[in-house]
Amino acid sequence: MDEKFTIGMIVNNQAGVLNRVAGLFGKRCYNIDSITVGETENQQYSRMTIVSRGDEYTREQVIKQLSKLYDVKKVCLLPEENAISREHLLIKMHIPAEMKAKATEMINSFGGKILDFWDDCVTVEITDSSQMIDEFIHLSARIGILEICRSGCIAMVQGKDSPLTVEDL
Amino acid sequence: MLITGAQILIEELIQHGVDTIFGYPGGTIIDIYDQLLQHQDRIKHVLTAHEQGAVHAADGYARSSGKAGVVLATSGPGATNLVTGIAAAYMDSSPLIAITGNVATSMLGKDSFQEIDIIGVTQQIVKHSFIVKRVEDLANIIHEAFLIATSERNGPVLIDFPKDVQQAVFDYHPRQNIVAPSAPPQPLFLDYNPAVTAIANSKRPYIYCGGGVVRALAGQEVLGLAEKIQAPIGLSMMGLSGVPSSYPLYLGMTGMHGLYAANLLQSEADLLIAIGARFSDRATGNVQEFVKNRTIVHIDIDPAEINKNIHSRIGLCGDIKEILRQLTHRVQAKTNPQWLARIADCRQEQKALTADPQAFDPQNIVSLVHQFCTDDTIIATDVGQHQMWVMQYYPFEQPRTLITSGGLGAMGFGLGAAIGASLANQRRRTVLFSGDGSFGMNLIELTTAVCQRIPLVIILLDNGMLGMVHQLQGRFYGKRFSQTFLDRPTDFARVAQAYGAEGYTVTNLSEFHEALRQAFQLDTPVVIDCKISQDREALPMIPPGSSIKEIILK
Ligand SMILES: Cc1ncc(C[n+]2csc(CCOP(=O)(O)OP(=O)(O)O)c2C)c(N)n1
Repeated sequence: MDEKFTIGMIVNNQAGVLNRVAGLFGKRCYNIDSITVGETENQQYSRMTIVSRGDEYTREQVIKQLSKLYDVKKVCLLPEENAISREHLLIKMHIPAEMKAKATEMINSFGGKILDFWDDCVTVEITDSSQMIDEFIHLSARIGILEICRSGCIAMVQGKDSPLTVEDL
Repeated sequence: MLITGAQILIEELIQHGVDTIFGYPGGTIIDIYDQLLQHQDRIKHVLTAHEQGAVHAADGYARSSGKAGVVLATSGPGATNLVTGIAAAYMDSSPLIAITGNVATSMLGKDSFQEIDIIGVTQQIVKHSFIVKRVEDLANIIHEAFLIATSERNGPVLIDFPKDVQQAVFDYHPRQNIVAPSAPPQPLFLDYNPAVTAIANSKRPYIYCGGGVVRALAGQEVLGLAEKIQAPIGLSMMGLSGVPSSYPLYLGMTGMHGLYAANLLQSEADLLIAIGARFSDRATGNVQEFVKNRTIVHIDIDPAEINKNIHSRIGLCGDIKEILRQLTHRVQAKTNPQWLARIADCRQEQKALTADPQAFDPQNIVSLVHQFCTDDTIIATDVGQHQMWVMQYYPFEQPRTLITSGGLGAMGFGLGAAIGASLANQRRRTVLFSGDGSFGMNLIELTTAVCQRIPLVIILLDNGMLGMVHQLQGRFYGKRFSQTFLDRPTDFARVAQAYGAEGYTVTNLSEFHEALRQAFQLDTPVVIDCKISQDREALPMIPPGSSIKEIILK
């Protein structure tokens, strides 16, 4: 059965690495729901988070195939039950006067921050799990979305374990 | 010492044990050719007629020696001409190092003359690739490239080398000692018990070997296990030559065009021990049928192969030689008298499929060639029916004596690969089996074979058609033979002569015998154009996606 899963990776921080990773997904017909990359505390390495979907077979293959890439230093699944995962959303909404109160309440209830506002339009940022972001977008659609920009998911395991530290590389 | 990037490359290649490279010069790689001239006593360069010939030659060199093969090409068209060859090496896990020139770093990204992003073009067909942007990184990159190409599961590595970096000067100090490519990784999952139990419980064990056995030279270890548990051995096409065909329970090739007994017995086995094989669709046919009613133990160096195409349940991952030693040590010796009787019966049945010994038939042609060969003769092929006939009828004894394009199935592979294989082995006697279609693709490399004085006998199984595709049209497309007749007046014997090789045309076994006698006396290339019938198909055949139940024998 197809399910969402999240992969965390430490990769060489070099030109072309994103290409190789994305190319592997293309070639093997795996999905990418989202992909994020950022440098780690050690400039030599970047961390990637990929959200994909597939069955058990795909999950196993994705991890094994990624492990074979020269630029991939570490790779692991970040199981939902013990991972902390966050996504960042910027959303520009059109808010008719009569909806203002309702919109403000909704934004507040998601812990949203208003970054920019005009007469009938605001830009809001929200950081939450991808599901909550989905939910917020769903609700906003009833008010009026002008533009959205999602960061893609970033994730880490809970607790003291650090399977994706760069310290030992 | 202060030397240029081009010089560092030469020094590093020599340090890594490279004695021969194959290539073709051009504008962005002149600096390297300049160095090759100066160091010609230390490293030999073989000029081919086309970069494709060079890359196949480097691949043939690698396949036949186990060492990395090196090919050199200029940027742009030189680089793109390598693509098929890199793909062939990738699909068959061959350790190839492809070095391409490129425009100067300041010119990159501007669609400069003969600029191609060859890293991008080849991304999905290399094990890894590098672009050298700073001369100080060069020595490390070359060293890494050799390590990557020749360690674990082997594969091609591309190094893109911009012209200004070739010219840049650097204070180079050769490495004191070259670290040999890392020893094969220690087996990862060390639980042998499930495999041992499966073997103990099995009544009809069958060993199935792939190309990994050839690459790891694990033939003796396979035999050790096979003898201890009385298992027959079948092989994928890439596995051929991995174990000697003189083993009493040797069955030969399985798969789409595998031998009858090898396929039938594989389907009847209750235990399949797959070693260094990746279960390509050409080898398995219908996967559900393939796995039905049997336990599969999969031994491979690449963890990603375990459970990729076949869910095996019992996987042993790591150096197959070591795993086989461990496994053989742990299993109880066993006898399977009923299984042996069944094997004998199937082989008896298979005898009925033998060609009339007088006919000018591919089976007799291959057998006759074999009589002129020794166990170490290198056999190269192109792609098509002729390739299957060689696989079916040639009794390989020594590992790495078969050079063929399996995973990619690239027509035109054979001649370049044969040249490279022979050169990797001090100009060893080599035979190339080709078809009129395949040979036509890259026969320009005859010129290389002649100039390099390769003791190469080329057997053209000339049926005047693109036989393999023709066969599929005949069987599955209502005999609508679209574009598969080669009504061409080409006289291959005279083509050979024009290139400075010998050439014969033969139409029956006795003429062929005489031509072979002459050919094997020469130490230079000979083409023997065998005019064979258009009616002969490559059989047996299990149609793609089918199982043994649908095997076509006649
Ligand atoms: C480069 C390339 N192009 C096309 C094919 C498809 N193909 C496979 S076998 C074959 C026919 C080969 O003809 P020939 O070399 O004469 O050998 P025969 O089958 O007649 O023995 C073709 C066209 C291929 N494998 N490789």
